[in-house]
Amino acid sequence: MSYIPNTDTDRAEMLKAIGVESVEELFDDVPEALGYPDLHLPPPVSETEVLRELREISEYNVDLEHAPCFLGAGAYRHFVPSVVGHIIGRSEFYTAYTPYQPEISQGTLQSIFEYQSMICALTGMDAANASHYDGATALAEAVVMAVSVTRGKRRKIVMSAGVHPEYRAVVRTYTQGAQLTVIGDTTSATDISSLAEMTDADTACVIVQNPSFLGYLEEPDALRALADAVHTAGALLVVSADPISLGLFAPPGDYEADIVCGEGQALGGGLNFGGPYLGYFACRKKYLHKMAGRIVGQTVDRHGERGFVLTLSAREQHIRREKATSNICSNEALMALAAAVYLTAMGKTGLRQVAELCYHKAHYAARQLSTLPGYELLSEQPFFKEFPLKCPRPVEEINDYLLDEWGIIGGYDLGRDYPELANTMLVCVTEMNTKEEADLLVEALGSMEEEA
Amino acid sequence: MVEYAKDRRYLATHEWVKLEGDEAVAGISDYAQHELSDVVYVELPEVGDTFAQGETFAVVESVKAASDVYMPMSGEILAVNEELEDSPQLVNEGPFGAGWFVRFRPSKPEQYEALMDAEAYEKHCQEEAEKGG
Repeated sequence: MSYIPNTDTDRAEMLKAIGVESVEELFDDVPEALGYPDLHLPPPVSETEVLRELREISEYNVDLEHAPCFLGAGAYRHFVPSVVGHIIGRSEFYTAYTPYQPEISQGTLQSIFEYQSMICALTGMDAANASHYDGATALAEAVVMAVSVTRGKRRKIVMSAGVHPEYRAVVRTYTQGAQLTVIGDTTSATDISSLAEMTDADTACVIVQNPSFLGYLEEPDALRALADAVHTAGALLVVSADPISLGLFAPPGDYEADIVCGEGQALGGGLNFGGPYLGYFACRKKYLHKMAGRIVGQTVDRHGERGFVLTLSAREQHIRREKATSNICSNEALMALAAAVYLTAMGKTGLRQVAELCYHKAHYAARQLSTLPGYELLSEQPFFKEFPLKCPRPVEEINDYLLDEWGIIGGYDLGRDYPELANTMLVCVTEMNTKEEADLLVEALGSMEEEA
Repeated sequence: MVEYAKDRRYLATHEWVKLEGDEAVAGISDYAQHELSDVVYVELPEVGDTFAQGETFAVVESVKAASDVYMPMSGEILAVNEELEDSPQLVNEGPFGAGWFVRFRPSKPEQYEALMDAEAYEKHCQEEAEKGG
């Protein structure tokens, strides 16, 4: 059965109306060589044969169940308790349906409300939305919101180079054509005071990431001083933060951030081959009406019983059309639920333990690696679970060796994003890395130098 | 019963403006607040902002809709009704009084005469109601 309801006559009529002869003619702009390529597909085979072939191909994959991994850079391997999969896989939750009708969606609405409440507790903010696609889009929405809060009169965005390079690219993509200028991220050195100096009466917001992309923790006092300078200039302070770090370190609300957002994948999301991820987003109450995305609120019904509804919908595109706070009001409800289940299962002390394990294991690895000849830490700045390691040769070369000879997934090549950091590897250590794995990495790098 | 205050003029988009010496006060009409039902939020401009006649200067959100509010005459904002921040329901309770939006200095006072008076505006609203809004 065809799913296309129009008939040949309908189609002929439509083609005539737009003045073309055939459907193919609509694709005239596609170069001929690319138009109808010969795919060289093998003849059809049975399902068993396909499955066997795909399994064979999949066995070439290196997976994190077997290979020690020191790669992070925005996507992190943390423990995902089994309960997360069990809860989010329940049919009541495992649906893309938007809970517009509160009378039949109380469970879904409550789960989102609980998620929002936990994000607020974690970030020290007053209100959170039901999520964005990922950390990068959440940050871009923060920029759009800051411009809107400052009534579109301020056209400058000051963004630290410590913000994830891909997030910075997404911010630029989002704001292109909007006559905004993004400055501040030209060097890898994230000097907080220089960000304050760049902030003026034309600045809508200042963006920092803490811990930074390089893994460094900024001093709370320096951040508070930055917040003061930003607020004095009438701008907003936006902080992108790894939510796991907030189990151990001061929430951005403590140093007067106005918007806190970031990647929530680490909260029960798994690595998921790069997606779906989770953009979490929270802000101060006074900016609530400018926040994008869906928001669930708690209320009482006519019997005085607690209930939940989608609220403040007038900000959203199905009501406000072109004047909406955002034209992406979709969310990652299932991943937000995973985050809520994760945070509930871990609890306050559990999350702190995860963060402490990351911190101590990363510091153990850093100490061991810095004893290797030719290797040293880029700086003495405090870090959380990632740190830049200066290497005696190109990172790509090292990573190939680690994977081929030792079955280890090495760290991120910082030279890709920061030319001045060539031969510098961003090493990530989480609670999932054992001490033996760290020791193995040290041994592997040591033997590479001996062989060289 | 919808009220049509006679001491001011109106726009077809349901804003009112009242002259007070060199200054003017603007808000939305009683008819408009009836149509919107419970107002939950009003976004106001900043003092010192200038708007041309017909430009959006505020947004009003009700439980039913969000609507732009248009400047009835060109001018510079002198004051905004800060009470509306915590008490948006004033727009419902007293659209012609406590629910005012802005006080401004008209830059083209002659625009006033071309606006609808209460009688013309009432007729306009009745026609709009007959057409189903």
